[in-house]
Amino acid sequence: MTAAPLHPEVPRISLLGTSALLFEAPGPLDIGQQRRIWALASLTQGWPHIQEAVPGMNNLMLVFSTPPENLAPMQAALQTAWDDTNRMENDGHAPGRTVELPVVYGGAAGPHIADVVAYTKLTVDEIVRIHTEPLYVVYALGSHPGYCYLGGMDPRIATPRRKVPVVNLPGGSVSIGGIQTGVSASDGPSGWSTIGRTDMSFFDAQCIPPAVLAPGDRVRFTVQRIDR
Amino acid sequence: MIEIVSAGALCTVQDFGRMAYRRYGVGTAGAMDQLALAAGNLLMGNPLDAAGLEIPVLPFAVRFQDDLSITVTGADCRIELDGKPLLPWWKHRARAGQVLTLGSDGCGFASGARSYLLVAGGVDVPEVLGSRSTQLRGRFGGHQGRALINGDLLKAGVLTSASKLSCEGYGLVPPVVALPASAYYQANPTATPQVTAVRVLPAAEYGAFDDVSIQLFWQTDWKITAQSDRYGYRLAGPALSMKTALETRSHGVVPGVIQVPPGGPPIIQMRDAQPSGGYPKMGTVIEADLWRLAQAPAGSRIRFVETTYTGALEASRCASDYLRKVDHLVPLFGALNA
Repeated sequence: MTAAPLHPEVPRISLLGTSALLFEAPGPLDIGQQRRIWALASLTQGWPHIQEAVPGMNNLMLVFSTPPENLAPMQAALQTAWDDTNRMENDGHAPGRTVELPVVYGGAAGPHIADVVAYTKLTVDEIVRIHTEPLYVVYALGSHPGYCYLGGMDPRIATPRRKVPVVNLPGGSVSIGGIQTGVSASDGPSGWSTIGRTDMSFFDAQCIPPAVLAPGDRVRFTVQRIDR
Repeated sequence: MIEIVSAGALCTVQDFGRMAYRRYGVGTAGAMDQLALAAGNLLMGNPLDAAGLEIPVLPFAVRFQDDLSITVTGADCRIELDGKPLLPWWKHRARAGQVLTLGSDGCGFASGARSYLLVAGGVDVPEVLGSRSTQLRGRFGGHQGRALINGDLLKAGVLTSASKLSCEGYGLVPPVVALPASAYYQANPTATPQVTAVRVLPAAEYGAFDDVSIQLFWQTDWKITAQSDRYGYRLAGPALSMKTALETRSHGVVPGVIQVPPGGPPIIQMRDAQPSGGYPKMGTVIEADLWRLAQAPAGSRIRFVETTYTGALEASRCASDYLRKVDHLVPLFGALNA
């Protein structure tokens, strides 16, 4: 048996027991592929046997309502649907909204910004400038209710995950983990380094849909204040 | 109403879980032993997926404020109603004012790891996002989004017509007897302690582990560590390694997925697991065997048994057949005894 190549050329379809099927797009992590994943999610959401289509980072989990007896037809249909997403006209109009999130950087709001300074050798001002520059794209939601996986962070401020996770990071924490950044939507454990805090509320279980942001939305962090 | 007299720890309201909100980051939650919940509900004349109480720590006690049909399923423990012993997996009548105790006098679980208290009509907490299960991380669902504490009052649901008709005095053959693991795993009869065998379907990165690790995966009696809960079971045993490090991207995961963090022993995702993850996956404990895992206590050992998709479907059919039999027989006994 050989190891899977880093970026397979063709989509990979695998099973998660009898509960779900995982479709992984080929190639490096990229927004173009992610748009096709979103399209594939909306195409497959209504299929028979499918309870829910759950986008990930350039992949899609299809959770079964009842597992199909024979997987081959679903796998073939999935491949065809994926090819169709490539042929879909790109009208140049990206869907989704843009949300501005004012952030208090550093101080009590960003207790680990010193670790990012130490690792990146940048100043707090440079880190804040680099972090607030991009228009981040919500690739997918996961981890905990309302949490967004964002794409587009500048790798210059990438900081490895913490050796010892923080037991209870407060909701609203803006943090960096590896080459990703995100905002925790509720209190909980995290292995990421917290650089700031926002007041935005991302999730309300009493609303449908319960999450405020959706895949395709864009997030811009703005400087509310820098505490030193 | 049901009054929580002694909550133990981590007792939560659970049904089958929140099924269609993973794409908003919401894990399913839901009963760890769904077969115990479902069978108990059928015995009560409830819908399969009515909410009940999951009790992972003893002692536990409730006082009933009304007359109610009740049953305790799942793990075996000492069950008493006002000091009188009760059979598990059996339909009983509790009278207003009576106290039900699980694990009195410091007795722990005799076998298994979680008991379920089901009542006729179900535990009536508000449905949130299509489920009554407690979402601990999101702090919603269940009773006020948290584990129960002493003094909590829970409403028992409106009696369904089936449960009104039937009376008490009959019970179920538990799944551990009806669906023995000996059907797919021949345990060494002299082996102590007992090993819980669960069937596993290999997952995407299975072939990316080195041959020694793959052998170890199937041949180790993995120990369930004390760092195991509704979120996940951390196992102790040999470290498993990959032929080459893989780029990991966050993707959807389901309960049962066996993740292998770099250089570490496996972690099995359980019902409170987050709906996404990025560690390499060795396999998935099949849905039909998750109840066995739910009843394997910390400190005990488990063994992974390889299966196929067809084998996993057959296992699900066996569990469904068991429930269908229960569903068919319960009303007959109810009518006989009426």
